[in-house]
Amino acid sequence: MSYEAIVIGVSLGGMNALKIMFSLLPKNFNTPIIIVQHLSPRSDNQWIKILNEKSNLHIKEADEKEKIEKGNVYIAPANYHLPIEKNKTFSLTINERVNFARPSIDVLFESAAEAYKNKLIGIVLTGSNKDGTNGIKRIQEFGGLTIIQNPETTESSYMPISALSAIRPDYILSLEEIIKVLIKIDKQIIR
Amino acid sequence: MKYNDTSELEISLLLEAVFQKYGYDFRQYSEAHIRRRVINRMAMAGLEDISQMQSKVLKDELFASEFLQDLSITVTEMFRDSGFYRSLRENVLPILKTYPFIKIWHAGCASGEEAYSMAIIMQEEGLYDRTTIYATDFNQQALNKAKEGIFSNSMMKEYTSNYQLSGGKESFSSYYTSNYDNVIMNQSLKKNIVWANHNLVTDSVFAEVHLILCRNVLIYFNRNLQNKVQKLFYNSLINGGILCLGSKEGLRFTDFYEAYTELDKKQRIFKKKY
Repeated sequence: MSYEAIVIGVSLGGMNALKIMFSLLPKNFNTPIIIVQHLSPRSDNQWIKILNEKSNLHIKEADEKEKIEKGNVYIAPANYHLPIEKNKTFSLTINERVNFARPSIDVLFESAAEAYKNKLIGIVLTGSNKDGTNGIKRIQEFGGLTIIQNPETTESSYMPISALSAIRPDYILSLEEIIKVLIKIDKQIIR
Repeated sequence: MKYNDTSELEISLLLEAVFQKYGYDFRQYSEAHIRRRVINRMAMAGLEDISQMQSKVLKDELFASEFLQDLSITVTEMFRDSGFYRSLRENVLPILKTYPFIKIWHAGCASGEEAYSMAIIMQEEGLYDRTTIYATDFNQQALNKAKEGIFSNSMMKEYTSNYQLSGGKESFSSYYTSNYDNVIMNQSLKKNIVWANHNLVTDSVFAEVHLILCRNVLIYFNRNLQNKVQKLFYNSLINGGILCLGSKEGLRFTDFYEAYTELDKKQRIFKKKY
């Protein structure tokens, strides 16, 4: 099975989780990664620049109508939803908050599921919100691979537990184990 | 309900039906945005698929008007992006001050929060008496709300902090009267705002203005439609006029990139070249 994109939803505890993730993912990691991290609506993209400096991969804020490219990591800008279009470009919207969140993980996941169908990997990490639950369910319905961080290994377990109440995912793993799985899958993809 | 793959064809037929019957043109909107709204409305109305929805939209005008409300974006805030409003005060008003009268077009004003924000700034800078703000939207329901100037009290804490961060000079609560759950904006702010129904997609130039403010509207449009609306803006601005876009919007992929200089790159404020 070959995967074309990875979507990640993360909330409380996310800054640490992402720091760990991008210190471990290697330079040749090819599958594009798209992330919603819940943030204060007023936060700027400075933290993305810092994350990028410490990463082997190119991490950037997603731009309006930007085409999703291999080898890149995209992060939703604060105070915008980040749906993915079927032509694999980003849209930005300021629609109502979903699960009290903008950007919302569900908005990213549900649109990504429609765009990538079974060629998508969805991951729910640490967080204190039920955002991502509907989205990960939709990814599974479209045949995508689903991974939920083992709640016992999270800074905040509410979000993974909520996701686990909705689906039986393909993997329930610690962050370090998730990263290993991703690297393995990424290597197997024939390009 | 089951989440079928909502086909692009069905959605485009639905939008075609809306356009043919009601004249509202969403055919060049972001598809992901439209799809999400369609799926939500289908679920709420207990409809099976988009074809059913199309037939209901055509036959049931009340349902159609609800759906039009879904598609219209009415999310807005007072002083959203305080950095932008600070830049407006510092970099734009010194230019506007030089004109004997000032005409501002607020395109896509929704329920008017940003139009009131603009009125507040113009008042504080002593310019409001010679200013006219044309605040337009295609959503009449939102315009009616804007005209009333009644907003939820629960938002005022956030707006106050936005206002303060934007360089506000007064006590924000002096601009409205609080009444239990709601506040009503001062009459003095309303006096020079002209609320009008205008559709950016289908209507044309209606005034020559010194400043256009259109923030977080164009992100919903495809490149072709963005370009068309930018042409409308270009033709509506005087030479040296100011164009204010949302913090993630720009001119790079339009025909008008060369037609403006950047007054504030970060806040997406542009000045039309002479």
